[in-house]
Amino acid sequence: MIRPKLFMALLAGVVLLASGAVAPAGADVIKVGVIAPFSGPFAIWGKQFQDGITVYQAQHGTQVDGQTVEFLYRDSGGPNPDVAKSLAQELLVRERVDYLGGFVFTPNALAVAPLIDQSQTPTVIFNAATSAINARSPFFLRTGFTLWQVSVPMAQWAYDQGLRAVATSVSDYGPGLDAEAAFASAFQARGGVVVDAIRMPLSSTDFAPFMQRIKASGADAVFGFLPAGPPTYAFTKAYNDAGLRAAGIGFLGTGETDETTLDALGDAALGLNTAYHYSAAHPSSVNKAFINALALHDPRAVANMASVGAYDGAHLIYEMVAAAKRDGPGAVAAAKGLAWESPRGPVLIDPETRHITQNVYIRVVDKDATGRLFNREFATIEAQPDHGWNR
Amino acid sequence: MGMVFNIALDGLSYGMVLFMISVGLSVTLGLMRVINLAHGGFALLGGALMHGLTFQLGWPFALALPVSVLSVTLIALPMEYVFFRPLYGKGDLTQVLATIGLTFLMIAFVNWLYGSALLGIPLPPSLRGTVDLGLRTLPVQRVAVIVTGMVVLGALYGLIERTRFGIWLRASVDNRAAAEALGINTRWVFAATFALGAGLAALGGVLGAELMPIEAYYPLRYLVVILAVVAVGGMGSVWGAWFAALGLGLIDTAARYALPDFGTIFFFAALIVVLALRPQGLSGRAYDV
Repeated sequence: MIRPKLFMALLAGVVLLASGAVAPAGADVIKVGVIAPFSGPFAIWGKQFQDGITVYQAQHGTQVDGQTVEFLYRDSGGPNPDVAKSLAQELLVRERVDYLGGFVFTPNALAVAPLIDQSQTPTVIFNAATSAINARSPFFLRTGFTLWQVSVPMAQWAYDQGLRAVATSVSDYGPGLDAEAAFASAFQARGGVVVDAIRMPLSSTDFAPFMQRIKASGADAVFGFLPAGPPTYAFTKAYNDAGLRAAGIGFLGTGETDETTLDALGDAALGLNTAYHYSAAHPSSVNKAFINALALHDPRAVANMASVGAYDGAHLIYEMVAAAKRDGPGAVAAAKGLAWESPRGPVLIDPETRHITQNVYIRVVDKDATGRLFNREFATIEAQPDHGWNR
Repeated sequence: MGMVFNIALDGLSYGMVLFMISVGLSVTLGLMRVINLAHGGFALLGGALMHGLTFQLGWPFALALPVSVLSVTLIALPMEYVFFRPLYGKGDLTQVLATIGLTFLMIAFVNWLYGSALLGIPLPPSLRGTVDLGLRTLPVQRVAVIVTGMVVLGALYGLIERTRFGIWLRASVDNRAAAEALGINTRWVFAATFALGAGLAALGGVLGAELMPIEAYYPLRYLVVILAVVAVGGMGSVWGAWFAALGLGLIDTAARYALPDFGTIFFFAALIVVLALRPQGLSGRAYDV
C-alpha cells in the first residue's frame, strides 16, 4: 500500500518542481542554448565559443530592450549527431530556449535541422563549415565560414601570383574534399592546372611521403587542408623538413596557422601563406577592443576564428532579439541582409544563403616586435559569399 | 629506384618513432604482465613537462630532456607502489579498467594545467636543419631519433640479457616465489622495471613529438598504434617490438607513397595477417629478448 502513496508524492513533487522550473523562464528572460564540445579532444572549441560570448556580453550588457539574454551551454563532445540532437531537444522542450547556437561539426548541425524546423528556432552556427548545412533548414544562420568561401579566393590569388601548377593535398573527409573541389574548380576556371590531388588518411601522422610525392609532381605550390591540431602541426613541419620550402614550392593554406596552434608550430611556420577570414592581428579598432576585452576576461585566452565566430553569433542573436524577441520566423527575416562591423571586418548576412558574407584575407606568418608569431594580413579580397551554395 | 629509397628511408625513420613510443609498454606488458594502457599517459607527462621547461621557462633542450625523462621515472615509482602493485596478477579486465581510468586522470590533469591546445617543444638549432643524403634530404631530428632508437635497443638488450639486474628481472617474472627464496627483492625489481618503462615512454613521447605532437589527448589518440606495435612484436620482446615497428612503419609509408587513397588499410591488414598466423606476435616466447 505504500507504493501508490509514494508514487503520488513523487508525482506531486515532480509537478511542483517542473512548474517552479518553468515559471522564471516566462517573463523577460530570453534563453539561448549553445551546443559545442566542452570535454574531450575538441574541448578547446567550447572554451573559445564561451570566451567570445562572455566578451560580447561584457561589452554590450545582458539586456536587450528590457529582455535579459541568458546563454546555456551544453557539451556535445566530438562529432556526435545523436548527442547533439538530444541536447537540442532538451534545450527546446525543457529549457524552452528561443535561440540555438554553437555547432563545431557538420553532422551535429545537420542532426538538429528537423527539430528547429518544427520549433521554428533560429539557430546560429558558429563554425560547422560545410556549405550544405544552411540549405537543410530555413532557420539556420551562420557566422563562421565555409571551405568554399576561403578556398576559392586562395586559388584565384595563387593564379594571380603567377602560379600555374598546384598539387592539392587534403585530409580524406568531408571538409577536406570540399576544400579540394573548391580550390580545383576556381584554379582550373582561371586556367591553372592541378598536377596531383592527394587525399591523405585522417589518421596520418607522418606526412613525409606525401611531401616527397608533391615534390615529384612538379608543382609550383601545394594547397593543403587538414583539421586544425596535431595533423596541421605535423603537415607544416613535414613541408619544411622535406625541403619543399627550400625547393621554392609555395604553401597555400587556410586554417593551418590558426592562433591556437601557431605558437606550437614555431619558426617552421614563418612565411606560410593562408587565406582566411580572421586573424587576431586584424588592424581595426573593433578588433582591438575585442582583443582587449578578451584579455581582461582571461589573460591566457587566445582570439581565433572560433571565438570571433561566437562573438558575431552573439551579436546576431542580440539583433534578432531586438527586432523580433521570441518570434522565430520574424527573427530570421530581420537577420537577412543585416550588416555590421565585426572584429574581422565588414560583414553581412546574405539574404539568400543566411551565411555571412565577409572579406577573405591573404596572410603570411610573421613575427611581431615581441617575437610572437602572428598572421599578417597583406591582401584583402572583399565581400566573399559562400561560393559553395549552388554546388 | 628513387621511390624505393624514399620509402625505405621514411619507413625506417617513421618505424623508429613507433619503436621509441611503444618499447616501454612492450617491456612492462611482456615482463610484468601488466596491461598498462596508461603508457601513453607517461609519454604525455614527459612531453608536458618538456613543454613547460623549454617553452615556458626557456631551458635548453639538452638539459630539459634528461630532467623530464628522469622526473617521469621518479613519478612512476610512487605510482607503481600505490596504484600498480595491487594490479599484478589480477585479471585482464581489472587491469584494463584501472589503467584506462588512470589515463583519464592524466589527461584531465594536463588539460587542467595547459588546456587542450598543442604543447609545442621548440627544437634546439642543432636538431632543426636537414642532412643531405645525395638523393634527398632528411631532417636532423629524424636522424637523432634513429640513433637514439638504436642506442635504446642496444641498452635494453644489454640490460636484460647481460646484467645482474636482467637476471633478477627474468627470474622474478618466471617464478616470483623461487626468486624471493633466492634472496632477490622482487618488489624492488618490479618497481624499477616499471619506472624504466615509464621513462622510456617519456623519452619516446618527447622525441616522437615532431610527428605525434603532445597535447592532452595524446594517450588515447595514439593508443591503437602503440598497442599494434606491441601486439605484432610479441609482448616483452624488445627485438620483436623493433621488427614490428620497422615493418609497420615501412608498410604504412609504402602505402602512403603508392596508394594514399586506400588510407591505413595496409597497416591494419598487416596487423591482421601477423596475428592470424602468429597470435603470440613475431617473437615466439613470452619473455624472449
